[in-house]
Amino acid sequence: MAILEIKNVTKQFGGLTALNDVSFQVEEGEIRGLIGPNGAGKSTMFKNIAGFYTPTSGNIVYRGENIEGKPPHTISEMGIVRTFQETTLFQEMTVFENALVGSHIKGRTDIFSAVLGLDQKKQEAASEKVMEVLDFMGLSDRKDQYASELPLGSQRALALSIALVSEPKIMLMDEPFAGMNPEETNHMMDLTRKVQESGITLVLVEHDMKAVMGLCHHLTVLNFGVVLAQGTPEDIRNNEKVIEAYLGGA
Amino acid sequence: MNKKNILTVQNVVWAAILLAALLATPHFLKFYHQDLLIYLTINVLVVCSYRLVTLTGEWSLIHAVMMGVGAYTASLLFIHFGLDMWFTLPFAGGAAALIAALLCFPLLRMTQFYFLIGSFAAGEAIRLTWIEFVGVFGGTGGLRGVEAPILWGIDFIDPIPYYYLSLFIVSVCLFILYRIENSRVGLTLHAIHWKAPLAESVGVNAWRYRALAFIVGSFFVGLAGGLKVHYLGSVSPNQMGIGFMVFILIWVIVGGYNKFYGPIIGVIVLTVFDESIRTFEVLRPAIYGAVLILSVLFLPLGLESIPGRLRSWFGVGSTPHEPPLTDQ
Repeated sequence: MAILEIKNVTKQFGGLTALNDVSFQVEEGEIRGLIGPNGAGKSTMFKNIAGFYTPTSGNIVYRGENIEGKPPHTISEMGIVRTFQETTLFQEMTVFENALVGSHIKGRTDIFSAVLGLDQKKQEAASEKVMEVLDFMGLSDRKDQYASELPLGSQRALALSIALVSEPKIMLMDEPFAGMNPEETNHMMDLTRKVQESGITLVLVEHDMKAVMGLCHHLTVLNFGVVLAQGTPEDIRNNEKVIEAYLGGA
Repeated sequence: MNKKNILTVQNVVWAAILLAALLATPHFLKFYHQDLLIYLTINVLVVCSYRLVTLTGEWSLIHAVMMGVGAYTASLLFIHFGLDMWFTLPFAGGAAALIAALLCFPLLRMTQFYFLIGSFAAGEAIRLTWIEFVGVFGGTGGLRGVEAPILWGIDFIDPIPYYYLSLFIVSVCLFILYRIENSRVGLTLHAIHWKAPLAESVGVNAWRYRALAFIVGSFFVGLAGGLKVHYLGSVSPNQMGIGFMVFILIWVIVGGYNKFYGPIIGVIVLTVFDESIRTFEVLRPAIYGAVLILSVLFLPLGLESIPGRLRSWFGVGSTPHEPPLTDQ
């Protein structure tokens, strides 16, 4: 059963149509790749799903419920969490504190409990969850370092950890492999698979074809805001329209 | 969040010495300086409550006016209903918090520079209300005749008892503010400051937290306003204008706003400094201005960063981590 359904989503910015009648479905538990040339509307799609944009028309259905137009914090509370392009982290905080922010939904507290220390149990549980995720992502040795001091690969792993701590059902990953060397890419692919195996559905926007083809169960190809093709990596690799879009038609 | 045990012998000894110094200070001062000491104590609460507002990265220009809201509330309750300070203080804070809560709806639609200007405009609107509604707020002359309470035969109009009283109240408030900053609420406020979209992507309602910081900060500065008016005896619109607001900003920036104790250092050092150059009457603004420019130029992270810098210059201990100044 589809956990996330995109139904005829159109997004216009003034006269520019960034997404035009886009529809696709994401199955529970899969890794879905969203690919396409620059400017195809991949990131715009993500922002619509995560609530940072509201679609001009069309519906986004998550587990049978319309979510288009809801604010980002509500959507993440429902279980759809996005990660950002490049390294968007709380650079001035430690690794542990970064991940701890991710436990906001379960760990949040009111100001009186905070002052009186009534939320101690809850905060301890949150800290445990954070340590569990940092262990899982291989970051527990670095938990007291500042995020800005980490190498690129670890920064991406931390970005993933922040999202994971919030215990999402669907994770939207925006170019997690950008700028990585082959070794870092392989490590990140392993981590991504581990996340999927833990039962989280992943939607991936990515340019790194090796990673996309190696990881994704299904691909959706966007070009100029419309869906060009859908299918398994094997189908897509041999799809002439896709080849044309990427390499330029004769 | 911090699991470090703070009740070590060393810390207890330091705390005891600090307390003794704070309690002994007024006995070594002249009457006039005892007054200043009380205002300084209250201003410590003003800067610390302001710091809470700035934690989300939004700097407001309405804080001084919020102090005025507290002072006017306390004055009106005292003058018209004869309420003692014990009862007016919660209302003073509450009124400032209430007005802040209402202002959240227009003001927090804006961020950064627009919020700064918006908060200034809102503050001026409140100040003009005090000036124009002469019957209620006494116009430019403000309200006078507010008195300090008497309890168990202690007349708090005397500076020393009033100093002890404000020291106690301010300490309790600082403790609460410190707890907030070091709780998950504080962590979330920091997170919103550094990367609001990332915080929102894991479920943080940034608007609500900005509002919370603004309301709680206003509550404590309103309370400070009440505390001040019961000693000073009067409140006027000009006392709480942009002039005082600029002083709050200077104290916070010169002290350093990255740490909880930075603004406290700022307000204490600058107040003492201001007093010590009183003899150079004519040159005073020039000296003051020069010191400000120098400190901002050479100590962008504030006086609070001096010990860390000294340590790294002399190679003692490890270099402390200084977070970058930029927001993004």
